Amino acid sequence: MESKKLNIKLKIWRQKNSKSAGSFIDYDVQVSPDASFLEMLDELNNTLELKGEEAVHFESDCREGICGTCGLVINGRPHGPLSKIATCQLHMRNFQDGETLWVEPFRAKAFSVIKDLMVDRSGFDKILQAGGYISVNTGGVPDANAIPIPKDISSLAMDAAACIGCGACVAACKNASAMLFVSAKVSQYSLLPQGQPERYQRVEKMVKVMDELGFGSCTNTYACEAECPKGISVTNIARMNRDFMMAKIKNIEVEV
Amino acid sequence: MTKLNSKIPEGNISEKWTNHKFNMKLVNPANKRKYTIILVGTGLAGASAAASLGELGYNVLAFTFHDSARRAHSISAQGGINASKNYQNDGDSTFRLFYDTVKGGDFRAREANVHRLAEVSGNIIDQCVAQGVPFAREYGGLLDNRSFGGAQVSRTFYARGQTGQQLLLGAVSALNRQVGKGSVKLYLRREMLDVVIVDGAAKGIIVRNLLTGEIEKYSAHAVVLATGGYSNVFFLSTNAMNCNATAIWRAHKRGAYFANPCFTQIHPTCLPLHGESQSKLTLMSESLRNDGRVWVSKKKQDMRNPGDIPEDDRDYYLERKYPSYGNLAPRDISSRAAKEVCDEGRGVKGGDAVYLDFKDAISRLGQKVIEERYGNLFEIYETITGENPYKSPMMIYPAPHYTMGGLWVDYNLMSNVPGLFVLGEANFSDHGANRLGASALMQGLADGYFVIPYTMGNYLAGDKPTLVKTDHPEFEKVAKEVKDLTSKLLSIKGKRTVDDLHKQLGRIMWDNVGMGRNEAGLKKTIEQIRQVKEEFWKNVTIPGSGEDVNQTLERAGRLVDYFELGELMALDALNRNESCGGHFRTEYQFDDGEAKRDDENYSYVSAWEFAGDSKWNLHKEPLEFEYVKPAVRSYK
Repeated sequence: MESKKLNIKLKIWRQKNSKSAGSFIDYDVQVSPDASFLEMLDELNNTLELKGEEAVHFESDCREGICGTCGLVINGRPHGPLSKIATCQLHMRNFQDGETLWVEPFRAKAFSVIKDLMVDRSGFDKILQAGGYISVNTGGVPDANAIPIPKDISSLAMDAAACIGCGACVAACKNASAMLFVSAKVSQYSLLPQGQPERYQRVEKMVKVMDELGFGSCTNTYACEAECPKGISVTNIARMNRDFMMAKIKNIEVEV
Repeated sequence: MTKLNSKIPEGNISEKWTNHKFNMKLVNPANKRKYTIILVGTGLAGASAAASLGELGYNVLAFTFHDSARRAHSISAQGGINASKNYQNDGDSTFRLFYDTVKGGDFRAREANVHRLAEVSGNIIDQCVAQGVPFAREYGGLLDNRSFGGAQVSRTFYARGQTGQQLLLGAVSALNRQVGKGSVKLYLRREMLDVVIVDGAAKGIIVRNLLTGEIEKYSAHAVVLATGGYSNVFFLSTNAMNCNATAIWRAHKRGAYFANPCFTQIHPTCLPLHGESQSKLTLMSESLRNDGRVWVSKKKQDMRNPGDIPEDDRDYYLERKYPSYGNLAPRDISSRAAKEVCDEGRGVKGGDAVYLDFKDAISRLGQKVIEERYGNLFEIYETITGENPYKSPMMIYPAPHYTMGGLWVDYNLMSNVPGLFVLGEANFSDHGANRLGASALMQGLADGYFVIPYTMGNYLAGDKPTLVKTDHPEFEKVAKEVKDLTSKLLSIKGKRTVDDLHKQLGRIMWDNVGMGRNEAGLKKTIEQIRQVKEEFWKNVTIPGSGEDVNQTLERAGRLVDYFELGELMALDALNRNESCGGHFRTEYQFDDGEAKRDDENYSYVSAWEFAGDSKWNLHKEPLEFEYVKPAVRSYK
């Protein structure tokens, strides 16, 4: 039982590679309102391939909003017009027949365009590799119930840990700041007892790499929280700032 | 026929792993850095293995086709991870988890492997908590558990509906720590396209750099594949778009045996199809069956809205047929039961869907409790379907989800090719003919954290530290073959797209190698698969070049392998003249429709050896059950 199809005008950013200049190209598509936004792009690509033209390159994987691979700016908003979903969860029933949609990659100084709508977000992993972990080796750890953790603390840590690493926060921020992403990871460990031994070294190491990679500073516009598909709160940024200040006061030496 | 040596240690089942750990050879700490290990895949099994081997001091090269290790599809697992901690004081034990898993697998798994899995299950939870994985907790601060299908104890640990995500981020954090320390080198956006075998042992891999198109060669003392399952052979499945069988299939074509390819799991709780453009199927966690009740109308073609169907006209068929397990009957059984009622015309409005209803649970526990337990799953449902599951029941239908089959491995998780190890869903080892819920995460992490670190040492202790150079003729030869395949694909320039042909293959597989299989259908299917494959090689179109990012080319390469794998799945299903677990042959069933196993003739692992285009030799590993006696698997 398919519903009546929508006519959509697409203006999609096409860019051959990181060095070439890109531009918006127009495409007209007809699509079922039950299809997802990415399924609409799949259909477009199918018609392009049949004509021997290269597919519009975009990234996606789980298509369930959890892997963080997808990410498009649709009509100026990372992950499109709805709140708290990733691009792959956006469905065409949220658009009107005849609507024009502008589709762009996540743009930031630290995210270079690879091709069309694909960007390089490897900076995120470099920050995590600098300190986004608790230093425990496999084996030799205490019983899981040895450390009771209050339910509300555990729950706050989980709220922060829900980050999918998509980069929408960076794309939404006028400063291209990665503070929401970094603070989510800092907060998860900073809240939990397991994270205490390295609490202050961790935040210093991660912030240092974040700055080196060219991510901007936070100026409290909260655009990151508004566009975050997982609703990660800016209070995490405040927590990270407190920890960072504390680390400075404690004058903790960091080797990176 | 070669007799496969599973290398199961001697002794009582509860002592095998302990004794084996003592008996295995060790590599001394100073020598470990002289050994290089290649790991392909960074999901739960791959990331945990890379981190643990790196911690031990080996030189690890980890590869993923993703832009980050964290994207691997383990991240999508929702419900939980099993462990026999018995924190609930409800009678759980290592032996019970072992027993449930062997029975759940319909007596087609290797007892010794399953027992080891149960033994280390508790260590996994300890490890994850130490890493800062925020599992759900009780008010007293201790860990909470929930129930899952196929078990009568509460042994599933969870982190809201995002357990896979949290476990993977934990494993990836351990991996990242080793990357930072330099003991693991991580290669992103590299797709493994072949394995290189020198003097009979795996010594390296050939990958395509997905950004530049360059074919790169890497050499090592051992190669570990942790590249997941092959459900995407069906085109529509719960797997992520890029999940594929290429790494294990290419290894199979170089000599690794493929075991039990027909054992595929159709998950009972997925969202129904919306139309032709559908790109994948979305899973709703099985944990929903803790509180949701599954039903359909007693009448055929009942066009009423669910709210207008009175209790008397509803058939809670799982509770009716399986009173002791009810809505928590195992996956294979629940899926088949859903298909049965839909085939009778009793599905939602006569179509392919059944209801999963939370009305009773909401009135019993209140909406707040249900929100706390399943909030994010309900949101996912509403986002996709546009309907509110707090108000009207969910609609669900089975979809291909997990593949129990995979490359054959021995007790040490090594394939029949020396030096080629296979972990997680990519191997065949622990789930027999059906996997129980919350056991995939357990197996992935058991293999990576607690098995391979031991068995790898045992293998490397017998190998020389000299590394084969990548200009060795065998590397050159395999790399050339990979390049030739790419050129061949790009030169076809036909009239049909990759997705179009993949959808055609998927429909054939779903119709005849899906939930119900029979001899005539399988024979026809093999012919049909060969026809689509031929059509592909004559008429596929792949725009763009091989020296650039080319997603169409990536998908085409994976489809090439699905055609061959699909054929082997059908062949294996045809060979197995019995019904067991996820493999249901309609000719072999009891009068009440339950699966009829044939232990006398089929109590073995089918391990297929590739013998040229559309040709395979079958090797059998007999299965012996000393501790859990095979019986009709009843959940009534």
